Amino acid sequence: MQLTLEFGGGLELLCDSIKIHNVNVEPQGEEKKITVRHLLSWVRTNLIKERPEMFMKGDTVRPGVLVLINDCDWELSGQLETVLEEKDVVVFISTLHGG
Amino acid sequence: MASEAAAETAAKPRGGRLCTICNTKRAALKRPKTLEQICKDCFYAVLEDEIHRVIVDNHIFKRGERVAIGASGGKDSTVLAYVMSELNRRHDYGLDLFLLSVDEGITGYRDDSLETVKRNEIQYGIPLKVVSYKDLYGWTMDEIVKLIGLKNNCTFCGVFRRQALDRGASLLKVDKIVTGHNADDIAETVLLNILRGDIARLSRCIYSPNAYRGFAREFIKDLERIRPRAILDIIKSGEDFRIATHTKMPEQGNCERCGYISSQKWCKACVLLDGLNRGLPKQGIGRTRGLDAERNKDSRETNGTQSLQSKQCGSLDF
Repeated sequence: MQLTLEFGGGLELLCDSIKIHNVNVEPQGEEKKITVRHLLSWVRTNLIKERPEMFMKGDTVRPGVLVLINDCDWELSGQLETVLEEKDVVVFISTLHGG
Repeated sequence: MASEAAAETAAKPRGGRLCTICNTKRAALKRPKTLEQICKDCFYAVLEDEIHRVIVDNHIFKRGERVAIGASGGKDSTVLAYVMSELNRRHDYGLDLFLLSVDEGITGYRDDSLETVKRNEIQYGIPLKVVSYKDLYGWTMDEIVKLIGLKNNCTFCGVFRRQALDRGASLLKVDKIVTGHNADDIAETVLLNILRGDIARLSRCIYSPNAYRGFAREFIKDLERIRPRAILDIIKSGEDFRIATHTKMPEQGNCERCGYISSQKWCKACVLLDGLNRGLPKQGIGRTRGLDAERNKDSRETNGTQSLQSKQCGSLDF
């Protein structure tokens, strides 16, 4: 599945200072769907090069990291359980780096 | 999977909820304050409207006043610059606005953010004044770091920055300074002040660098996840804090050296500068019990940047 991932607010520093990543993520095992939960673990394994604790805490993003799916706060779409679709744009912005 | 047609639209409706205010556009966020699900445009509208109400209800500005906007080039001050110029225009406050930036003299550090501030100057048509540590204090941060190393330089930077805004404001002959802070920063400051038992600072204005705040920030963001209003509740608690009348509070006076507001004989910047100029750069840094304690009774737990909060904001007595 083609997704566009964008990292901002300092999070790009964790993935080679590249802000926008066009990626291809495949469903895992039996699953047909890709949820944000799955995407996060994929990002952690495949994109984050250093200090993963700045990005994640437990199985979710670190508190203070905003997640937008197609310009919409993930709180409105079901957070970790949000089912992603082809060509979705997922933006991660850290709000922990000062104003 | 999505159909071809749906895949073509970049922003397809997800969850499909409409904004509870305009009922026409798709909701983009849930406002922690009200838990309303609203769209971007309605969020801007209600936010700007609330700020306008606060300004009007508290009589914050008078027509004809000169107002400096503390501008770092970061998100908070950029939003502030936009909102101030927009509200000033929309509601005809009749204010003379200025952007005020501080250049610490750290190679490579401010380049990007000063560019942002210069963009703000053009975008909002507000004249920009940049004051440098070199001009104000005779030292750049690079020079200070060369002398004292990387460990304690945050103290200098924080103390000097706080005064730099006031001194810049004095150069611009403004009546007021506005600075941009977000709710997270303020809640964090309230919490830290309570944890430190530092009541005196709670009743003053809040100015906060980002250096020492890691744990409190993580804690309040954890709280917010459980209860979105938690951050605003903490701010409210800070505002409502009442201090027993018999509590001894530090007195506000003026620095005997430079005249800047200070609760001590010398203001913190003068103590630090004196140390730098006499080749004793550690002076005024670290725990101030013992020798320094008499001069700086107020800053018991001064380590790093905390000491700058012992300066009162809001008035410009030189």
